[in-house]
Amino acid sequence: MTLRNETPVAAGFYERTGKYRWIIAEWMMSTDHKRIGVMYLMALLSFFSVGVVLGFTIRLSLLSPGWLVGQQTYNELFTLHGIIQIFLFIIPGIPVAFGNIFLPILIGAQDVAFPRINRLSWWLYVTGAVIVLLSIFIKGSPPDTGWTFYAPYSIRTPANISIAVMGVFVLGFSSILTGLNFVTTIHRLRAPGMSWFRMPAFPWTLYATGWVQMLATPVLAITLLFIFLGRFFGVGFFDPTKGGDPILYEHLFWMYSHPAVYIMVLPAMGIISEIVPVFSRRSLFGYVAVCMSALGIAVVGYAVWGHHMFTSGMSDTARVIFSFVSFLVAVPSGVKIFNWVSTLYKGSIETDAPLLFALSFIFLFSIGGLTGLIIGSLAPNLHLHGTYFIVGHFHYVMFGGAGFAIIAGLHYWFPKITGRMYSEKFAKIGWLNLFVGFNILYFSMFILGFQGMPRRYFDYPPQYHTNHVISTMGSWFLAIGLIIIFANLIRSIFKGEKAPANPWGGKTLEWTLPSPPSHENFREIPVITRGPYPYEEEARL
Amino acid sequence: MGKKMGMWFFLFTEILFFGGMFLLYSIYRYKYSQDFHSGAAEENIILGTVNTVILLTSSLMIALAIAAVKKGKNILSSQLQLATILMGVAFLVIKYFEWTAKIDMGIYPNSPVLLKLAKGEILFFGLYYVMTGLHGLHVLVGVVVISFMLYFTRRETINLENYARLENTGLYWHFVDIVWIYLYPLFYLVT
Repeated sequence: MTLRNETPVAAGFYERTGKYRWIIAEWMMSTDHKRIGVMYLMALLSFFSVGVVLGFTIRLSLLSPGWLVGQQTYNELFTLHGIIQIFLFIIPGIPVAFGNIFLPILIGAQDVAFPRINRLSWWLYVTGAVIVLLSIFIKGSPPDTGWTFYAPYSIRTPANISIAVMGVFVLGFSSILTGLNFVTTIHRLRAPGMSWFRMPAFPWTLYATGWVQMLATPVLAITLLFIFLGRFFGVGFFDPTKGGDPILYEHLFWMYSHPAVYIMVLPAMGIISEIVPVFSRRSLFGYVAVCMSALGIAVVGYAVWGHHMFTSGMSDTARVIFSFVSFLVAVPSGVKIFNWVSTLYKGSIETDAPLLFALSFIFLFSIGGLTGLIIGSLAPNLHLHGTYFIVGHFHYVMFGGAGFAIIAGLHYWFPKITGRMYSEKFAKIGWLNLFVGFNILYFSMFILGFQGMPRRYFDYPPQYHTNHVISTMGSWFLAIGLIIIFANLIRSIFKGEKAPANPWGGKTLEWTLPSPPSHENFREIPVITRGPYPYEEEARL
Repeated sequence: MGKKMGMWFFLFTEILFFGGMFLLYSIYRYKYSQDFHSGAAEENIILGTVNTVILLTSSLMIALAIAAVKKGKNILSSQLQLATILMGVAFLVIKYFEWTAKIDMGIYPNSPVLLKLAKGEILFFGLYYVMTGLHGLHVLVGVVVISFMLYFTRRETINLENYARLENTGLYWHFVDIVWIYLYPLFYLVT
């Protein structure tokens, strides 16, 4: 350990403002988008770890059903795993953490349009998270409905559904306010010269995401409110004995929750679109198409929710239409995949950790997307619906997609956020473990599902045993990978080498600022005269 | 300028929030149109109409209050805002009497009387309570917000140059009004 590493890095936005005596108060009361983003990031990663531990326990239990947890506990485990990973980690995920830290910087602004509303959505997030956690620890049993809260079971079960639902309701408000804030920011606060098509791809995806957050989340809010009213006042909108229809719950729920998939994945695609050009030293191939496809996904994504319900009872016409539109949504996703690969073509590629994670994203997300087409077609869906195939599919998309993008972004922007470099060697070792473990863990689920293993079951017949064991062993590699990755990052916060302003040779605005940036971001607002990735132009000069 | 845009976005989210309820209403009305017909016959059309008039007039008042501030007439504006608040409160009081009358008749969610009715009527009154209840909650929020605006107008922190807050409040109040314009025919006039 050298003396150089002992000296504190230039404080940047971490510097105490002196307005509050307690550092926690100073941060909680701060309206600095970077501080709010960092707090979000820490909260998100904490919940992610809890979710991973729960998922790990589920896998362990499946080694030999009953040796570790009982049936009711198993139901609670997969429910909490889903609620935490989806509502507390991956839906808020990229926009609130990286979006908050980097959106204003990337468009040359000093803060978001409504800094105090931004702080309010952080407080709402904390409140919502605390309420959700209360449902675990308070008297009574934790939720056991699965993260989807399907009626009528969610209205009848004695578990603490009301509290969990209220927590998710509050989280929804936080999400709506963040989306609203970002869309207004992008409309109003772009630096002079920063036209729409000079904006980097990440703000573009945040823009599309913001619209989805605003237009989809209220539907979830009202749906969850119906569950709440059903439990407290006996309002029976989803209760057949009172004339209600449980299928309508599924419709309303997926009307939000399918677009929510794009809330998770769109900004992930934005991060990948930032990383790929930087590490191949080429401008983003088909930049306009990449940006437009984000909007395309957001729009078409509204009209596909029915594919979650092909077996629930729907007319053939509706099923054919939903299946067709689900295929359509694959087109803009494919546009992005091909453009990233074309960006790499003839690039001067640096295989640093962020690019490795980004490449893994492209690979895993492609598998996730292609298996999505299998279950989006009507005939295979009848066989695969509600099996491990679905579990495998959405883990490839959510974890292999959004999860890997978060880890990619974490490495890519780590120097900018913390002012330190991480250890490249350990990042790569961690990546290898994670990537291999991931594929063992989730690919075996495709096979299990194809053989007919239903999801969410506590027990299974012996013919599924081998694949369950393989899958669980994959989870060990994956866990080791995550431990190495996060241990490396945490260690580097304190012991890493001091980071220069632009360690990767990035061309977007965040790399023109010192690491970490100061409170006000830019001394003077920059004037933009060129596109976001001018690698070829500069090489020609 | 960003403030007004943000408010419009917020109102979009509100439309979708109520949209979920209107969706349920339309589906169940399609399924049980006869029951909805007889359910609506139980509603007090006089009180409903009075409330519609009150809310529409209050919307006019807040629009005039904004116009007054734009002309620098803060006193007039605060009087008009006070009128809006009083009308909002009057709406809620009437709504209270409507609800209590129904509850006295034994019609409220999960009540023994209600559960004996036809399924469509159970849903009709469920929707009635949920939709007018959430609308009433929005009126209540509006009344509180306008009270703050009244205070700001008196203190002259809302003035000729700086009235975006009041304008946004006006937008919100018009939204609440518009929702009621849809609720009124759906619950009182469908018989």
